[in-house]
Amino acid sequence: MQKIDSFKKLEEEIRINSEKLVAKYDGKDGFRTIAMCTDTGCEATHALDVYAEFEKQIKEKHLENNTRLAHVGCFGLCSQGPFVKIYPEETLYRLVKVEDVEKIVDQDIIGKKVVEELLYEDINTHEKIRKLEDIPFYKKQVKIALHGCGVINQESLDESLGCDGFKGLKKALSMTPQEVIDEVLASGLRGRGGGGFPTGRKWQFAKNSVSDEKYVICNGDEGDPGAFMDRSVLEGNAFEVIEGMMIAGYAIGAQNGYFYVRAEYPKAVERLKNAIKLMNERGLLGDNILGTDFSFRAHIRLGAGAFVCGEETALINSIQGQRGMPRPRPPFPAVKGLWDKPSIVNNVETLANIPYILREGASSFNKLGTEKSKGTKVFALGGKVRNVGLVEVPMGVTLRELVYDIGGGVPNGKKFKAIQTGGPSGGCLTEKDLDVPIDYDNLIARGSMMGSGGAIVMDEDNCMVDVAKFYMEFICDESCGKCTPCRIGTKRVLEILNKIVSGNGEMEDIEALRDLADTMRDGALCALGQTAANPVLSTMANFMDEYVEHIKDKTCRAHVCKSLMQYVIDPELCKKCSKCARNCPVECISGVPGKEPYVIDQSKCIKCGTCYSVCPFGAISKR
Amino acid sequence: MAALQQKAKEQIVEICRKYKDEPTPLMVILSEVQTEYGYIPLEVQEVISEETHIPVAEIYGVVTFYSFFSLKPKGKYVIGVCLGTACYVKGSQAIIDKFCDLLKIQPGETTEDGLFTISALRCIGACSLAPACSINGKVYPTLTVDKVQGIIDEYKKEASV
Repeated sequence: MQKIDSFKKLEEEIRINSEKLVAKYDGKDGFRTIAMCTDTGCEATHALDVYAEFEKQIKEKHLENNTRLAHVGCFGLCSQGPFVKIYPEETLYRLVKVEDVEKIVDQDIIGKKVVEELLYEDINTHEKIRKLEDIPFYKKQVKIALHGCGVINQESLDESLGCDGFKGLKKALSMTPQEVIDEVLASGLRGRGGGGFPTGRKWQFAKNSVSDEKYVICNGDEGDPGAFMDRSVLEGNAFEVIEGMMIAGYAIGAQNGYFYVRAEYPKAVERLKNAIKLMNERGLLGDNILGTDFSFRAHIRLGAGAFVCGEETALINSIQGQRGMPRPRPPFPAVKGLWDKPSIVNNVETLANIPYILREGASSFNKLGTEKSKGTKVFALGGKVRNVGLVEVPMGVTLRELVYDIGGGVPNGKKFKAIQTGGPSGGCLTEKDLDVPIDYDNLIARGSMMGSGGAIVMDEDNCMVDVAKFYMEFICDESCGKCTPCRIGTKRVLEILNKIVSGNGEMEDIEALRDLADTMRDGALCALGQTAANPVLSTMANFMDEYVEHIKDKTCRAHVCKSLMQYVIDPELCKKCSKCARNCPVECISGVPGKEPYVIDQSKCIKCGTCYSVCPFGAISKR
Repeated sequence: MAALQQKAKEQIVEICRKYKDEPTPLMVILSEVQTEYGYIPLEVQEVISEETHIPVAEIYGVVTFYSFFSLKPKGKYVIGVCLGTACYVKGSQAIIDKFCDLLKIQPGETTEDGLFTISALRCIGACSLAPACSINGKVYPTLTVDKVQGIIDEYKKEASV
């Protein structure tokens, strides 16, 4: 394996591999290429079986001389996976099952005729769409952090080199460290992990700290339940994140970088290990990179299931083999971080933006976005929305564009109720907020926050008190217990919420919740505790009527809170078939088959919902 | 200490020595021991302590802090039901309730036959497939309450062959 040990050799490799990557897809060599996403989302919907079936069919039908198969990273629209993309025509098939493979091979690969029924269908017009870029989901997207995902083989350094890889590093190494920091400052990039602190300023602090050793830490402890941006970036193009880390290392004067990745993401860890191994072999990591004085090594540390480790000082403690508890700041990690040395902690997506900024220049980056939030943001759009998946959009698009134009709106004719951003530290935004351009400051002004990029849509079937309780259960579980306001505050808030959803709430509870929220915000040690009450405060601000209904009327309009709802059989609709009674686990439904309509004994009903789901006539409703 | 077989002890020592040049390797060692043995009982912590010269009290503190580390053995099949936000709003609470109901255990517990452990996970990153669960790393997408029995049967069958 030839080392890439000078600028000249890197340029040569980039040139050769760019040509190869273009040739892989343009069909000029007479080959058709079948590209498939084989990352976590598609794998769970059996993409690997589909891939194996293609392999088998290609062999059986002797197509090896004009057809090749390729693994690529995430296409983004995960709810429509597995995806099969046929080059050079760029025909995109979705929801492909093993039994569809033969048809694609016979009709398209051999017969050169598109298989219409496997094309994406527009959710409103029902028109078939053949190419990815024509699907509305993709129209407003701009790929910077997700650069290379869905294009390159995730395990090939050569293909990464063919897809602009390491051009940013080369540029950085031809500048002084201060010039690199100035470029990042000029780009306006802010931390993508949630806080939104200007990345360049963080780097400047670390550069100004004098020490024999410094560290770059990549925070891949994506703990926000409902977010998977960092996982997809690491799975789809880990090389680019390492490149970003190296540029950061060069800028602040660090020679070692640590990736801290959730143990729940085995594939991302595998990809990262592979990328580091390949880069070590080719000399892109190690001593005197590209013949310069810059040396850098990358290491991986796994998380062990503690949400609080996303907080930078807790993360550092975890790498140091301690309980992942935060410590007071200052001193900030830029002054005293990992093993007491100056360190920067940057999120995966933040680092994935860096190569672009260096390669294309700060001015290309900062022309996207709003006045104070530049560039793009990756969102994991999920919940009650038709197109679920990974979305990268310029800052400044509105929530309405995100939910309706990209997400396709709420399915099953239900009404949009709220969109939750920022995870357990964020809040719910409602109809009135939908036309606000998304950026760090606008979301905070509206009572939520950007967070790491989870965006969960909720509809009329979601109870907002229950949602607040859900987040509080999460935070209460994950509170590390070090400081009293968070340890006890989250527990007390959860108790009050449980009291309300079980029908025992009193109006004074609302005041008590506000009081506890204030105490936690002012008194907790780290951001986890300071923001812990946000989901409660924002649901109270937007949905106070639901809280009041739970407390005063003892009803839950979404019929989610079990203590406040009943299953009722409509005697008009009941066909007296006895199916509900036969399936009831506590035998609380009585009636006479064919003669008397059935009735549920509410005092015995455990609200399991079995009767509701088995009734063939829709005679049972929630009330 | 007597409970720990010589061979197992040697393997743990080997894991510790593999990382002896790493600065602060405790988390790395514990992750590997957890993966290899499925749990980290006190006897194992004592061996790690001897090798790394980290007090057992400190190791115990770390083991009990992180949800990935376990003091008790887990079942052959660990059913991780995702209770992340995307799954929760799509009804994953009913899914985990069904698993608990059918296996007659609570989240965090293991069935008497040692086959199944149910754990409530906070987001496995499969939000586009919500509600989802993961069994020994295999992800089951878009679950419904009706599918739960079938999944359990699949593993019971696998275990009986």
